[in-house]
This record gives sequence, C-alpha cells and structure tokens, in this order.
Amino acid sequence: MKNFNLRDFGADIWERSGRPVRVTIVMVTIGLVSLLPFAGAGFLATPIAAYDAVLVYPVAIFVLMALGLNIVVGKSGMLDLGYVAFFAIGAYTMGFLGIHTSLNTWEIMPIGIGLAMFAGVLLGIPTLRLRGDYLAIVTLGFGEIIRIVALNVSWTNGPNGISGIPMPPDLGPLKFRLDDQKGFFWVVLIMILLTIWMIRRLSVRRPGRAWEAIRQDEDAAELMGVPTFKYKMWSFTLGAAVGGAAGVLYGSKNLFVAPEMFTLNVSILILACVVFGGIGNIWGVIVGGAILGYLPDRIRFISDARLLVFGLVLIIVMNFRPDGLLPRKKREKAIVKKGAQA
Amino acid sequence: MRLEIKDLHVHYGKIEAIKGVSIVVNEGEIVTLIGANGAGKTTILKTISGLRPATSGQIIFNGEDISKVPAHKRVDLGLSQAPEGRGIFPGMTVLENLEMGKFHRHDRKSEMDEDLEKVYTLFPRLKERVSQAGGTLSGGEQQMLAIGRALMARPKVLLLDEPSMGLAPQMIANIFRIITEINKTGVTILLVEQNAQQALQRAHRAYILETGNVTKEAKASDLLNDPAVREAYLGTGAH
Repeated sequence: MKNFNLRDFGADIWERSGRPVRVTIVMVTIGLVSLLPFAGAGFLATPIAAYDAVLVYPVAIFVLMALGLNIVVGKSGMLDLGYVAFFAIGAYTMGFLGIHTSLNTWEIMPIGIGLAMFAGVLLGIPTLRLRGDYLAIVTLGFGEIIRIVALNVSWTNGPNGISGIPMPPDLGPLKFRLDDQKGFFWVVLIMILLTIWMIRRLSVRRPGRAWEAIRQDEDAAELMGVPTFKYKMWSFTLGAAVGGAAGVLYGSKNLFVAPEMFTLNVSILILACVVFGGIGNIWGVIVGGAILGYLPDRIRFISDARLLVFGLVLIIVMNFRPDGLLPRKKREKAIVKKGAQA
Repeated sequence: MRLEIKDLHVHYGKIEAIKGVSIVVNEGEIVTLIGANGAGKTTILKTISGLRPATSGQIIFNGEDISKVPAHKRVDLGLSQAPEGRGIFPGMTVLENLEMGKFHRHDRKSEMDEDLEKVYTLFPRLKERVSQAGGTLSGGEQQMLAIGRALMARPKVLLLDEPSMGLAPQMIANIFRIITEINKTGVTILLVEQNAQQALQRAHRAYILETGNVTKEAKASDLLNDPAVREAYLGTGAH
C-alpha cells in the first residue's frame, strides 16, 4: 500500500509509536548515550585524537550548536550564516572572565549566554526585517566581524588568543580533568537535553505555531496577527543563547581560545549538520551533528584524503536523502486522506 | 465600522505606485476596486492591511488613523485579509490553517468551535478536508480556506484580494455567492478584482483604478451599464 522510497523512509517512526514506546526509546537512548565515553576501546575509537575529548568537541558541542541553529534555520526558516559569532562570544566571555576574575565556569555560563543573547538582539534589530538571501549575507558578515574584532582588539590578545583559561570546578560527582573528559561530555549532554526540552515545549505552544507560520509564509503570518518580528527575534536570540552556552563550555574545555577557531567554516559546518541530519527535525539534527562531528576524527588515519571522504559522504547522503537523514514531517506531500472520518 | 482611505500615496523605491487615492467603505457595504494588472489594487490592500508602508495619507478605521499601526495589530482592530495568491500555509492542515486565523485572539475552545462551525457552514468542502495539508488542496479549496481563515479572526471589515484568480468559472460563481452571504452576516467587504463582471454584480459601490489613480467612483450597477466601463473591463463593448 505504501510505496517505499529512500527519501522518506523512516520519517514517521516517532509519530507512529505510542507513549510507552516513546518513553522507552528516550530512556534507552539517554542511557546509551551517557555511556558513550566508556565505549572508546572498540570500533568507535578515534585514531590519533583522544576519544573522550573528541566526544566533547566536536561531537557533543556540534550537536548542541546544531540544535541551537535549528531553532533559527529549521523552526522559523531564517538562514543564519554567522552562527559562529555567538559561539565565539560565549568562548571569549569564558576566556576573558576566566583569567581576569575569580568567577568559575558555572558562574560565567549565565553571563556568556546573556552576552550572546544581547548580541543576538543587537544584530536582530536591524537585520530581521530582511529575508532569505539578504539575511544570510548580513549574518555572514556579522560572524566575520566578531572574528576580526577578536583578532584586532587588545583585550582578546589578538591572534595569540587567551590561554590559561581555568578548568571548571567539580560539580558534585562530575569531575573535570585534562586527561579524563567524561565530566565535560556529561555536562554538554545535560545542556543538550535542556535544549531539546526547551525546543519541544516551545514547539507545541504559541511560539512554535508562530515560527511554523513564519517559515511557511511570513506575510500570511503577519496577516493572521502574528507579531512576526517579535517571534523572529525570539527565535534568533534563543539560537544565540544556545550558541553562547556551547562557547562557554568549549572555552572552558579547551583552556585556550583564539580567533582562528571561529571562522566562517564553523558556521557552515554547523549548518551542514542541520541540513545533513534533517532540517527542522531535532532528532535528525542531533544525528547530523553527531555524525559530522565524529566522522572526520574517526577517519583521521587516512590523513590527507580525510576531507575528501568527508565531502563524498555528504554528497552521497544528500543525493539519496535530500531532506536529511531524518527529515521533518512533510505534510506538504501528504496524499489525500479519507476526509470523511474527520 | 467605516473604513476610509484619504489621499494615499505609496512608493516602491522611487516609483510612485499609488498617487493619492481616496476610498470610502461604509459599514455593511461590499465595495469593489477594479482595474487592470499593475493598476495598484493589491498595493492598496497591502497598505490597508499594513504589509506595505504608506508614504503619506491616512487610513481611517473606526474613527482612528491606523496607517502607523503594525499589520498584526490591525487584525485585533477588526481588519482581516485573504491575501493575493491565497497565502495559505501549505504544510499545515486545513484545521491548523483555520486555527492560525485566530492566532491573535486568546479565545476559549468553545468560541473556536463556534467560529469553525460558521466557516464549515459557509464552506462544507473545508469540513471534508480538515486533516488534509493546505498545499494539497485545489485552487478553489485554497481560496475557500483563505477566506475561511480570514473569517476566523471575526473581522469587521474583510479585505479580499482577487478571490477569483486562477479559478474555474463555476468555482468563481460559487465564491462570489459566498462573498454575498458573508456580507449578509454583517461583515463589511472591500473586494479587489479583475473579474469586473462578477465583482460589479455583487458589490454595492465600485472604484475604478488606473495606474495608481481612482478614475471613476459610482454605484456598481451604474458601472455595469456604463458603455465606457463595459468596453474597457467587461469585454462586451464591441457588440
């Protein structure tokens, strides 16, 4: 009855399962994922790079950032090519306050998030009236501006960056050590779960409906009485907040931040995670972030051909699954149902 | 609820699209604005609903100038529009589209159901299609959905932008019949149309718009019999 096609296969697993199945899926997944740092000995091991460090950055941080960017790109349909700016702001906040004040990572976290959101508002006020390509260009410019500022002002130490950023203090059972990064992974995992929770809560409420309407037809949304500018701003700032949080964690994990870490490439890569995984679908985005974060380090042994293989995987997957690995529900294509039941 | 546009000017960049238009829509009327492509009909509607800023002039609704009020707040005041090209949300179901029409109102469920029932009475076809995605509807059904969705906001004045566009003749007649029905329930209607024949038959008064200016204003029935209008807009003058 239902035609099989590779493009849409599996897109409705979640919708088709009942509540007990869903709860089981979620609990088992969280359990398995939190055990990931112990799985470093087998097939998953990354040559050259330390496995538990790779799990934190890029993998978990990419997933977190992809989730944040998905609020902007996937939910409300605004193409943001300068997402790295918020990541950089978070990381530099951590770096600067970490070495100049006695605040620790957890105290700096809300400041970093706040500054990223503030930057989001500052950038949003003039630019969110733009649409599509124009917004993409302006955000791209903003990302570069932040990097170039970091390169040229004195308090960031210019190209030398900020080094000697302190490690976070232990958080109950969570320990943070240079040679054992499990604690970082679990903290990022908690951030990821919080972000998922936030997005899901918002998605079923007014903001979710407003974003959906804006994405599908912004003028029509405005005509329905949706304050489109306000909701776009919310989407943009929430995305910025997640990016800022990721930046603070990254700075604190890496102990060193420098402008060359925050190039346009990062923005593009995170956007690739979103598109590769399935734009607009948080599960897809998570898978996308995890794979694109992990793959380059897994195949590091082929050194020079690494990026070639990486690109090839991207092209092959996007060819067969153009809507991403786990596409969002696509009702635009829905076949006419028996309307009489309704 | 009287809608009055006074000396409206609208620019696209340096080009003046609307050159001082004044229109009055009295409570309970169907007023139609007819004119050729590019005359500025849609621009006027967009300016009334707030999607385009006016360069100068006033839009007086219920005694207040609303020309500086943002579009989404004009819906609260009682202005609702079925936009050009229908503007339905393709990925939302018919029901979700209709619910979006109520976005600005914090109504209780009972009020929602009441309004849905009204829309389904006018457009039984929509009820058959409630769970179908908007993008998969036929053109006529999409137009019904656009009008139904605009009605969900409980408008005092309904703005319709070319409801006949791209529809089969039978569907056009159907839509216009329903427009009259809506008007009879007390909703004032400003109708922009290229299909002058139908629009003039249904409307009380009409304005003819040519390249940004109102060139004629009269009772719709008079225009229907005006030889010049017949020749230019009804395609029957050559007989």
